[in-house]
This record gives sequence, structure tokens and C-alpha cells, in this order.
Amino acid sequence: MTISALLAAPSELTDVASSKTAIVLMTRIRLARNLAGTPFPGWAKPAQREKTLETCRTALESASPLRRAASAAVGELSDLDKLMLVERHLISRELSGSAGPAGVVINKEQTVSVMINEEDHLRLQVLRAGLQLKKAWGAINDLDSALEERLDYAFSPTLGYLTACPTNLGTGMRASAMMHLPALVISSQMERVVRAVNQLGMVVRGLFGEGSDASGSIFQISNQTTLGETEEQILSRLGSVLDTILEHELNARAKLLETDGAKLYDKIGRAYGILQQSHLLSSSEAMNLLSLLRLGIDLGAFPAGTRAITDRLLIEVQPGHLQHAARHELEPGARDLLCARLLRSEFANFAKPDFMLGGRN
Amino acid sequence: MPNPLKCSLCTQPATVHLTQIVDGKVHKVDLCEACAQAKGVTDPSGFSLSDLLLKASLAPSAAAGLRCEQCGFTPGDFKKHGRFGCPHCYETFQAMLAPLLENMHKGVTHIGKVPRKALERKSLYDRLTRLESNLGDAIKAERYEDAARFRDEIHEVRQTFEPPPAQS
Repeated sequence: MTISALLAAPSELTDVASSKTAIVLMTRIRLARNLAGTPFPGWAKPAQREKTLETCRTALESASPLRRAASAAVGELSDLDKLMLVERHLISRELSGSAGPAGVVINKEQTVSVMINEEDHLRLQVLRAGLQLKKAWGAINDLDSALEERLDYAFSPTLGYLTACPTNLGTGMRASAMMHLPALVISSQMERVVRAVNQLGMVVRGLFGEGSDASGSIFQISNQTTLGETEEQILSRLGSVLDTILEHELNARAKLLETDGAKLYDKIGRAYGILQQSHLLSSSEAMNLLSLLRLGIDLGAFPAGTRAITDRLLIEVQPGHLQHAARHELEPGARDLLCARLLRSEFANFAKPDFMLGGRN
Repeated sequence: MPNPLKCSLCTQPATVHLTQIVDGKVHKVDLCEACAQAKGVTDPSGFSLSDLLLKASLAPSAAAGLRCEQCGFTPGDFKKHGRFGCPHCYETFQAMLAPLLENMHKGVTHIGKVPRKALERKSLYDRLTRLESNLGDAIKAERYEDAARFRDEIHEVRQTFEPPPAQS
């Protein structure tokens, strides 16, 4: 299977989204692993990186969780394919911009991806729609154990898995949840939440990781430390932080409805109108509108089944996906035109908001 | 303490003084305007103090003259890249890394998953190498009884030992 064929197929993120995934859109866990006695990718000579790529690709392709996977060297991928993979959270921006020998292996369902020669020799990732820390850990632990049979990992009994950056030492694990927190954003509480979460040893980032903005009020919350705790301890700590944030978001929603329900309904109603009628929409604006609509669904103003539509569209309005749908590269202006057209057609027959459905006026 | 404070990343006078409390541990860093901007200190959501501290506190002087024998990496390279050169660097630069880890992580000792299969394989492989060298020595010294014993042991280890495909 090629990467292009894979991108044309349904994915966990675009097609599995269900009503259970309110607030937490998806869970991801990644493990950083390196080969013993081999320089890290950032320091290795091209010939060494080439050898690492070969060794890892061979091992990955024969590991059972990846038996029917697509695999490619980064150099073989078109810019558009790379952009789409970034938008689906299957590769990092860093890997997509990599000039030397690097690669990626992705399973058919697009729930497992492995980057080769990113910051570390191997970055394993498992992704699940909704809040699924335990399931994601089970899956990535199995993949890691399968690879261990074929690869000699760099490991120290005291420091754990050795990584290029000491911030990933130990478990090499970064677990994260993507959360939709519109009420905390609207009520200007997000900065306070970020600070509180930081103090608990967790990090809040935008949709696409470090330095990215939080379009659509979507944030990634992940563990900051990796050494000195077991994987289960880190996951349980993250889990309770996520539960707390979730509770705060629900409280913020209740408060907004109580104090100024009309203002909130107005925002959602206007978003609905723009999605149905606009002719020029940037990806970022579209995401903010879809985010409000999603909030409306959570509040019961639209049928719950429609959440799958907004979640799919949150991915499909990204620049790479718009260009892929158009089958050629587009200037930003043409992209905005296309984005608006896509949303007009998607929302032409979308149920009208009914703010009585949620039991309020 | 030098006065005025210098930026932890360059030599400019520091004007931004940042304190972050993570898990009850206080982290402090002094930065000049330009470095603060470049590191995104002003953006609370996209900023990692530990990453910054890491680069700032690994001063080359702390480990002057050290050089990783396996990959040639020096403390100066770390200051530049913020990443190590190879797994062996962790042994080479152990002394200067230890105080940093305490600040950076919950603990300084790994208690998580262990690659059991890979470690077993490595210990078998080490044993095999040792036996082979013993066998060579025994033959040279004409200790044939010992040699026969080593040969039997090697045979035994080989039966349980499957070389990983990665090994060339």
C-alpha cells in the first residue's frame, strides 16, 4: 500500500469520531526509541542515517502490528502528501521538513505511525479517537515489544531508554489528549488553566504542537516529565489532570449559559449562518466556526450524530486536505474560495439550531 | 552574582526574569529581550522552560575537555544543538547531566518499562563472545579438555540464541 492510497482511505480521525468523543477529540501516545551504539539522527553522518533507515524499515515492516502498513522515505513523498500527514497528526512538521534520510511507516487504519530518523531513531505513535489512554498504551506497548525482538535499543538500567534530548529520557513516553475547550476560551480562563496544568508537570500546546496556535479552541495536553515514574503512573497522573480540565470546561459552559445564554446562542447561530452562506473562508476561521458549532452540538442545539461531521470537517478544512480534494496546489485565495464552497455544501442540509433541544431558551 | 545579570543564553544584559514552579520545584532563568522573544517566553502555551534551562545550564566549562569517545561529541556541541550525539554520550557527560535531570524530571532513576527481550539477547551475545575468546585461548594453550567444555557451552548458547536481523 502506498502513502497516497492510504491518504485516500478513511482514517481513525476523519471517520470514526463518535458522540463519545465530546471535549476529548483524540488520545495519542508516542515512544522515543534509539538503536544502541548508533549516533542520534541529528548528529549522525548521512551514511549512518541511511543505514538506520534501512535497519528500522526492515524491522518495522515485519512487526505484526504493521504487517499491512504503508512505508515511505520522506524524500519519496510529495509536499502535499507530507502536509496531509502532518494535518492528520501522523508525522511531525520536523520530519516533513527533513532533508536527509528519514522515513515513515503507517498502518492501514492510520492509528499507528512510526517516524524514522526524526529527533530520535524511532518515534512510535498510537492514536485513538476520544479519551483512550489505556487502550492507546496497550497498543503502543505491544508494538514496542514486537520491535524489541528485532532491534537492539539504547537502554540504561538507571536512565532508561536513551534519547537524543534528555527531556525524553526514561520512558521516552509522551501521552497527550486533544481537547476542545471553547467555553474556557470564551470566558478567558485558558491562561489560568495553562498555568495550573504546568504546575502539575503537564504541558498545554496548540493543535499542532509546540508554537502552534489554538485555532478552534483545540489544545493538546501532555506530560512534561518522562523519568522517575512508570508509564502507568504518568498516564494516571495525566488522566486525572484531563478529568479536571474536562470538569472545568463543563462548569464554564454551565456558567456561560446561566449568565449570558443569549450571547452564547448568538455566537453559535452566527457560526451556523456563516458556514452555510459564506464564499471566502480561511482554514483558521473555518475551524473557529466549526468549533462553535461543535459546542452547539454538545449543548444539544443540533442532533448529537452531527458531531462526526464537524470532527471530519475540522481535518478537511486544513490547507493540505483542501488541495488534495482539488487535486492540485492552490494559492491561499483560491483555497479560501474552495473551503467556503465545501462548507456551504456540507451545511446546506444541516439541521437548524434548536436551542430548546438543550432544555433552555 | 554578577551585576547587572547576564542573559543565560548569550552575553547581553538580562531584562526578562522568569520564575516557573513545576511540581513544587522552582526554576529561574534570566534572559535578554531578544532571547526571550526568540524562545517564545511571552507565549505561555508554546514555551518549555526545561528545554531552555537545559541549554543555558550546560555550560561548556562544566565539562571542559570532555569528548565522547564513540561519536566525538563535546559539551560545546550540546550548547549549540540541545541534543546529545549518541547513546554513549550519557556515560561521557554523566557528571554534568546529573544535576540537570533532578530539575527536569520527577526522579533521576528509571522505573518504567525495560526491554527484557533485548537485554536477554545482549547478555547471551556477550556470553557467546566471551566463550569464543576463551575457546581460542584454550586451544592456543593446548588445554584441550577446557576447549571441549567451551565448545559444548558455545553450542548450547547458540541453540537458544537467534541473532537479531539488525546485527550485521
